[in-house]
Amino acid sequence: MKRLWDPIPLRGRVVLVALLAALLIAPAVLDRYLISIFVLIFYFTLVGQAWNLMMGYAGQLSLGHALYAGLGGYVAALLWFYFGIGPWLGVIPAIAVAMAFGAAIGWLGFRFGIEGVYFALLTIAFAEFTRIAFDNMAFTGGAGGLFLLYEPKRAHEWWNLRGGPLLFYYLSLALACGATALTAWLARSRLGYQWVAIREDQRAAMALGIDVFRAKMIAVLISAAMTAVGGVMLAFYYNSLFPAQAFDISRSIEMILGPVVGGLGTVFGPIVGAFILTPLGEGLIAVTDKLGIGVPGVKAVFYGLTLMIIISLRPDGVWPWLKRLIGLEAA
Amino acid sequence: MLRVENLDVFYGDAQALDGVSLEVEEGAIVAIVGANGAGKTSLIRTIAGMHRPHAGRIEFRGRPIGGLPSHRVCDLGIGQVAEGRQIFPTLSVADNLATGAMLPRAHAARAQNRDRVYAMFPRLAERSAQAAGTLSGGEQQMLAIGRCLMGAPELVMFDEPSLGLAPAIVQDVLKTIRDLNRDGLTCVLVEQNVAVSLRLASRAYVLENGRITLSGTGEALLADDRVRQAYLGL
Repeated sequence: MKRLWDPIPLRGRVVLVALLAALLIAPAVLDRYLISIFVLIFYFTLVGQAWNLMMGYAGQLSLGHALYAGLGGYVAALLWFYFGIGPWLGVIPAIAVAMAFGAAIGWLGFRFGIEGVYFALLTIAFAEFTRIAFDNMAFTGGAGGLFLLYEPKRAHEWWNLRGGPLLFYYLSLALACGATALTAWLARSRLGYQWVAIREDQRAAMALGIDVFRAKMIAVLISAAMTAVGGVMLAFYYNSLFPAQAFDISRSIEMILGPVVGGLGTVFGPIVGAFILTPLGEGLIAVTDKLGIGVPGVKAVFYGLTLMIIISLRPDGVWPWLKRLIGLEAA
Repeated sequence: MLRVENLDVFYGDAQALDGVSLEVEEGAIVAIVGANGAGKTSLIRTIAGMHRPHAGRIEFRGRPIGGLPSHRVCDLGIGQVAEGRQIFPTLSVADNLATGAMLPRAHAARAQNRDRVYAMFPRLAERSAQAAGTLSGGEQQMLAIGRCLMGAPELVMFDEPSLGLAPAIVQDVLKTIRDLNRDGLTCVLVEQNVAVSLRLASRAYVLENGRITLSGTGEALLADDRVRQAYLGL
């Protein structure tokens, strides 16, 4: 922890502690709706960090991250549904399955030199195959979806991840903080340097004696595991899973927008991105409804326009700019 | 120290190296000269483990290394300063150096190696926090050499270290190589700048169309009529 804490300037520490304290006491004043938005912000921080490790640090573009979240969610939900195994335990096989898929994708891609866009296509293909498979498997509920019963007598079984918005608020906050700390630690580790060298110039990294295959595989495995944890949480939060939603490419895109807008390859970028995009999406629903133009697609148009404006104004992401603005740039 | 025997390398159907044999003795500077496309870079990359040889044998300290992956070759003590420097422009000088110390053999001594590199190139120490892309061409070459030294190599292959540098800077780079060699580093120098590299080398090989056509001491090759006509324009 000391190694993570020391490089942060004093002003940054104050901001960080204040923000965390505010988030810890915030539910006292937030209503149910706002709490649900924060849960999404924290979820997108978690999966954004996961994707950012792979793309922002190791430079490997995945456009199929919904696969890991979907698999994680389904594995934990099925274990609960059929065997009554709670998600605190179920998360372990959920992570294992997601990592196994990540290992298959990584092995295929990296062993056979599939790079860049072609690697991204491979990740999409796996997510799509899996979606089609889940659409047709009876024991997962097929295309009709898998539903976890809401049983009032279990409503307080936090140990089975059954509970109200507050439980999910604090759980998702803890996961987002954990993912951020893990990212900060990895970024300063030997592995982090290897990833960045590979991202910048893979051939140069090889010439320096970096085991490129190993480093990229580890990036995929960690990223898949973190994303699966997010998927488990979301499955128990919504109590329902549909292949068409869980594995859809739009889910994958949703996950990557946060780190892209916030700042690729930065520890705080995915957080900033999640804090901008989630409220933006929700806010646009409210605004378009109020203006009476809530026809389907209008929200997406405004969302897209806003994204274009942000990305064209801050091509390196919002966080590097914000960091200078609040005077946190290390001298 | 390094022995290459009858090395054949292909890219698809095109043969890049054809029966190349050479030997590098410990403590030597060995020059490999030849025109563009003669196979110099292919030779370096194959020794470094970035290409798999089709046939032939590569030995380092008596141990066969042909076909080993590049990270294993590097960890045995064979470093390379790649053509075009290949520094990481957006990373700081210090971070560039850190990426050179990823080898298991170099990890423990990375602080000492960094101090040594900074002592050798004070300009890098002054600019340690600066993005490497903002350095001058000569400084970038120093950084590329320093980064390679962070891996604690025993033998370094320099691929065109004078490429694109002003003549005065070329002299600095060559002096650096000579100093490193004096401190015990074995050097393989691949250059288009034939006159300079032959003067520096104790032994040299001429590579033409993937074959070694001539070899001898640097002095002998400098005096050779064929070399003088083909490479020195005399």
